[in-house]
Amino acid sequence: MDAILEMRAITKSFPGVNALDDVNLTVRRGEIHAVVGENGAGKSTLMKVLSGVYPHGSYTGTIRYQGEERQFRTIADSEKIGIIIIHQELALVPLLSIAENIFLGNEQARFGVIDWPAVHVRTRQLLDKVGLRESPATLVGDLGVGKQQLVEIAKALSKEVRLLILDEPTASLNESDSDALLALLEEFKAHGIASILISHKLNEVSKVADAITVLRDGSTVETLDCRREPISEDHIIRSMVGRALADRYPKRTPKVGAPLFGVKDWSAYHPLDADRRMIKGIDLDVRRGEVVGIAGLMGAGRTEFAMSVFGRAYGQAITGTAFMHGKPVDVSTIGKAIANGIAYVTEDRKALGLVLNADILHNVTLANLSGVSRGAVIDDIRELSVAEDYRRRLNIRCSSVFQETVNLSGGNQQKVVLSKWLFSGPELLILDEPTRGIDVGAKYEIYTIINRLADEGKGVLFISSEMPELLGMCDRIYVMSEGSIVAEMPAAEASQEKIMRAIMKAGEQAR
Amino acid sequence: MSADTTVAATDRTPSMRSFLKSHVREYGMLLSLIAIMVFFEIMTNGTLLKPLNLTNLILQNSYIVIMALGMLLVIVAGHIDLSVGSVVGFVGALAAVLMVQYDMHFIPATAICLVVGAGMGAAQGYWVAYHKIPSFIVTLAGMLVFRGLCLALLAGQSIGPFPVEFQRLSSGFIPDVLPLAGVHLTSLLLSIAIPVVLVLLNVRSRLNQQRHAIDQEPLFVFVVKNVVMTAVVVYLGYLLSSYKGLPNVLIVMLALIALYTFVTTRTTIGRRIYALGGNEKAAKLSGINTERLTFLTFVNMGVLAALAGLIFAARLNTATPKAGITFELDVIAACFIGGASASGGVGRVTGAVIGAFVMGVMNNGMSILGVGIDWQQVIKGLVLLAAVFFDVYNKKKS
Repeated sequence: MDAILEMRAITKSFPGVNALDDVNLTVRRGEIHAVVGENGAGKSTLMKVLSGVYPHGSYTGTIRYQGEERQFRTIADSEKIGIIIIHQELALVPLLSIAENIFLGNEQARFGVIDWPAVHVRTRQLLDKVGLRESPATLVGDLGVGKQQLVEIAKALSKEVRLLILDEPTASLNESDSDALLALLEEFKAHGIASILISHKLNEVSKVADAITVLRDGSTVETLDCRREPISEDHIIRSMVGRALADRYPKRTPKVGAPLFGVKDWSAYHPLDADRRMIKGIDLDVRRGEVVGIAGLMGAGRTEFAMSVFGRAYGQAITGTAFMHGKPVDVSTIGKAIANGIAYVTEDRKALGLVLNADILHNVTLANLSGVSRGAVIDDIRELSVAEDYRRRLNIRCSSVFQETVNLSGGNQQKVVLSKWLFSGPELLILDEPTRGIDVGAKYEIYTIINRLADEGKGVLFISSEMPELLGMCDRIYVMSEGSIVAEMPAAEASQEKIMRAIMKAGEQAR
Repeated sequence: MSADTTVAATDRTPSMRSFLKSHVREYGMLLSLIAIMVFFEIMTNGTLLKPLNLTNLILQNSYIVIMALGMLLVIVAGHIDLSVGSVVGFVGALAAVLMVQYDMHFIPATAICLVVGAGMGAAQGYWVAYHKIPSFIVTLAGMLVFRGLCLALLAGQSIGPFPVEFQRLSSGFIPDVLPLAGVHLTSLLLSIAIPVVLVLLNVRSRLNQQRHAIDQEPLFVFVVKNVVMTAVVVYLGYLLSSYKGLPNVLIVMLALIALYTFVTTRTTIGRRIYALGGNEKAAKLSGINTERLTFLTFVNMGVLAALAGLIFAARLNTATPKAGITFELDVIAACFIGGASASGGVGRVTGAVIGAFVMGVMNNGMSILGVGIDWQQVIKGLVLLAAVFFDVYNKKKS
């Protein structure tokens, strides 16, 4: 069988990280090819290389498409020859109609004047193909996510697609929408359109895929052919996570003390959609000196849970009780949560953690200005000595504490955010993806800081999508899926396979 | 212009060069103002700095400077206030109605006007802070509403004159204790005392920094800065003293400048406003009540606009329906010329004050030169654009 796409020896590095290392991917004409792997395994990066988001020259290796070597400089280059990518975050304009979205940038026009009757006729044809019964004039913002996904696919079809790439297409879809989407892919297959399906949902993958390529840590582990023999989900999971844990995590002897923090029956609803229950009755506790992990896939609700606890920074109609030292505490505003000894280090340090145009000094003291002031007047000298102290203790590499944080590397930015929260004097630190996007060396430093905090008797709630990190750092791990805690295990008994199975099992039970 | 001056002074030590480079904006602003003053002083054959004209220059610009203090906070917080000109008009009208038509004493009338100004600020801040309506829209609405109310209150007429005591707010001078031939002694002493106190404060903070081994500006720059500052202030003070002395409104203005400089650089509320404008979400997640803070910056703006309205009315000695029209543009321009960033989080009180005087000196100088109002606007517009371009260019280079 001939291949429509061959990617050979693709290597792509970012400062400090090798995102892709010698990756190979071959997709045959008219097959559904699944690409699976953990968060951060390099799936999205590979697709960005393929679609021209990362232009030719920014990576090494070759891409052969329909028998010819291709060098894409922009997305437009790859689209022109029929490679269409549909991202996880849909690229639709909510205030435009379905028809306008489908032909956005590709308007059916003569001399700049749009031929509306032709647009509507063509839109109807495309919508029929994807099985979406809506008027072409409906605003995309009025559609549900599942239907928006179909509009994206219709848009892809309008461009004579030969290879359709779907990045986590069913992540935010319910069961019936997912099934409809997968059925559509099989129909395309019959018409000779190949698809690359990136998914965490292994049951879907084993249902529709003709071949599966497994990525791990930026490398190809194996490509499985499902046509010859059915591949078990267990096999895929082993292949995804099977890696030796070297000495990437500093050692710590846990000295777990009295109960520090807990929540009982914690629930929250989506901030915009009052009917959507995002956090479903969570019970959880953290003891002094304990590092507790929350594992889960993207969209499991871990960040939403943490932010809803931290002064209701997420969600509405929040119910449940929060405890510190066994007593109920009021965490209804961020100020009260901080006063009760809770700190939350956000997942997105640039958008939510730092004031980027301010210097290190001002960022470090922001959450505890009263700690460096008399009355309302800031004591410059005390503020400076506080900032210098954290700079030394956390080893923040900078020209001086007067350096703007926008110019720091990711790891050093994260240390500034950590400094800010340490200076607020917390007893419980909620760390949300504290090592995302920072290099290996800085990661180790962050881990060391976390261990030190635990040794000082603080409690740490550690949210991470990198399971090896949780296994290497935590004393106990909760597994979260679709807004609920689905498993709890001591880290000593946990493994990546066990965590994955807990998530998958919960997903099946929900059905 | 300012770039040239700094380049000339850089060939000393590498540390001095890097220091000036990182502070080019700060000193550049001041040097541009001085250069503009020198330019007009020469072009007008010395009329610009004649004591009478200097006094007028201060009186004419005081209300813009005072509003620029509030506007700076609003802009730093990431917002804008287009309504200040209408607040000026309305409060002037209110003052006239109270004092002229109802014969109210000027002290309670002034107090009422300031409270009403706070209310006008609060009415707008409420929508911006708690309902997240863009400040541009809210204050555009406020601009129309308050102008309309001003017209309604005055019934289209001008009302005046004000009681003499009230006029002194704008046209009065500080009392002289020891009348001396030709010179206003209190004013002269005050204009010597102010820089002396400032220099002492500067020295104290420098010694304090030294004790804690904090990086500081090179000694040479420190000395030159203080000497020049003292010389300029004493000279300007001397000029004013040789006319009628320091105007009352100058004292009010200086006190407010000192207060707002202190608030923005040294207090927690000032720091929080910068954080709010720099990254609202991060500020909120750091436990700052961003809504209340936004609300308060608008209340503060309302009070200062009301004060400016009173000063303006007292100066004209009448309340007119057109008072304050386009003031908002001068005030906003002053802040941006002074280095504030339209996206929030950046800006200094001293910058806004200098920006206001750059505009004021150009207005005054061009008027003396007989440049028509048409070309004055063109030139002021270009200066605003150039100043902001300089900012953007500087930022990109670093």
